[in-house]
Amino acid sequence: MEETQSKFTQKSQKRKFEQFGRTISFICIAFIVLVVLSILYFVISKGLSTFTTDGVSVIDFLFGNTWRPGEVGENGAPLVGALPMILGSFYVTLLSAVLATPFAIAAAIYMIEISPKNGKKILQPVIELLVGIPSVVYGFIGLTVIVPFIRNIFGGTGFGILSATMVLFVMILPTVTSMAVDALNAVPRHYREASLAMGGTRWQTIYKVVLRAATPGLLTAVVFGMARAFGEALAVQMVIGNAALVPTDLITPASTLTSILTMSMGNTVMGTLENNVLWSLATILLVMALFFNILTRWIGKKGAMKK
Amino acid sequence: MKLKKFRILLTLMAGLVLTACGEVVDEESITAVGSSALQPLVEAAGEQYSAENLGKFINVQGGGSGTGLSQIAADAVDIGNSDIFAEENTGIDASKLKDHRVAVVGITPIVTPGTGVTNVTLEELQGIFTGEITNWKELGGIDLPITVLNRSSGSGTRATFEKWVLGDDLKSVVSQEQESSGTVRQIVANTPGTISYVAFSYVNDDVEALSINGVEPTDKNVSTNEWIIWSYEHMYTNGEPTGLTKDFLDYMLSQEVQGGLIEALGYIPITKMQVERDFEGNTIPAENP
Repeated sequence: MEETQSKFTQKSQKRKFEQFGRTISFICIAFIVLVVLSILYFVISKGLSTFTTDGVSVIDFLFGNTWRPGEVGENGAPLVGALPMILGSFYVTLLSAVLATPFAIAAAIYMIEISPKNGKKILQPVIELLVGIPSVVYGFIGLTVIVPFIRNIFGGTGFGILSATMVLFVMILPTVTSMAVDALNAVPRHYREASLAMGGTRWQTIYKVVLRAATPGLLTAVVFGMARAFGEALAVQMVIGNAALVPTDLITPASTLTSILTMSMGNTVMGTLENNVLWSLATILLVMALFFNILTRWIGKKGAMKK
Repeated sequence: MKLKKFRILLTLMAGLVLTACGEVVDEESITAVGSSALQPLVEAAGEQYSAENLGKFINVQGGGSGTGLSQIAADAVDIGNSDIFAEENTGIDASKLKDHRVAVVGITPIVTPGTGVTNVTLEELQGIFTGEITNWKELGGIDLPITVLNRSSGSGTRATFEKWVLGDDLKSVVSQEQESSGTVRQIVANTPGTISYVAFSYVNDDVEALSINGVEPTDKNVSTNEWIIWSYEHMYTNGEPTGLTKDFLDYMLSQEVQGGLIEALGYIPITKMQVERDFEGNTIPAENP
């Protein structure tokens, strides 16, 4: 009797193991959340000190177009206008996304709708390989191949937004493609069958049914690609020329938030204005990353409601 | 079964962590952080030193002169490496830092070969970097626009170059910037009409070093201060160095490093300098022969 009772009241071995596993996973998750929160706190508090401690006005920072940290302008305010970098970042991000999207969607359509066999055998490994190449390699190829190429065709130095766009195009293409493939894969088979049954051609099925149904997924793919382009530092830094000037055309040297950040960080002293404005740039990057994240979630929700 | 494996794994991991701690306690080590221009020299010297003194380790990290100075001022490391005087850097309380000058680096303007210009005056060089002179033909060269390429703002090389070429009043034109001397050299070599500046050790056949006022950029001209664009490589300590830090700094100044390693790596030994210069630019004859 007692033995039976204890069997019911005491925890079984399996239950104990289950609880052990749960505790471990919870600790891991709590740790990750803690790390993320401390990074957010650290970057944002450092970034805000430009405005609180050093008294730079937010408007001057976001819309000023002279970037000479460490020097003061005629009115005595530090010259820390970040507009050239903000514009540079947005230009390279948007242009590379615009360039990469048609290629990525075409490749995805080929892999899912037209020739799944070839797609799996050839395209899939190629795309996976592209993802695995380190960004410094892309940057180096950009520096030795794309920059001289642009210089020979358009003149100038070859450094600039166009070169950065080319490099980023290749870098985000695999990301966008593989996510577009997932999006097309998620379109239920009976959509296609219904379309074909009603006499739609393959092109009509792809264009009017599959792409329409996959639109939210495709948009998410593009936004992910943009997030990657926005955050890419090394490869862009090697080909964009890093001149803190408001971009006027695509073939003169420009700069991005990340390129200025990585170039200057080691040369500044913690706690000085020169260092704090870099953290402010980092805060902009962080906010944009959050924005891209929220955007993909929002698109996902919108798409889900349609069904 | 699975649980057992997991436990074994945990034990192994715990073991690794514990042994790692044990090693640090048993042996002596110091950390030097900062200037990427000085990093190769300190690394090489540190390795030699460790080979001769078993169980003593010199950890060397880059991060830039600014990092080196702020870390040593905060007493977070044992040695802070810097290309520039602590006094020149705002935000650093230089009064507590002790300066140890271990080497000298000469910096020279470099251009893409084929501009037709090999010698400029200091005023012409100022004109180029402030954006007043924009074509090589104004200096007697070929008709080719001048592209200015700077190191990133705050880099020790740039600070030195601008201090001695532009002075306090002139400001460089906003231009392309690159993070490392290696990239600068590659871009100058490949982009017609580009001008930039690097340490002597980075000059090779792909680029052309300019003479200024007829003075060639050589180690000898630096040692007499005829070539004025040069800087000390500083290793700062917070207060007087003691123990291993002192030993290592003495080693850096010993004949073994000054006579061998420093020249092999393209720096100019501090012992060869015939002049001494303070952070305001005043020079006096050096004490050492």
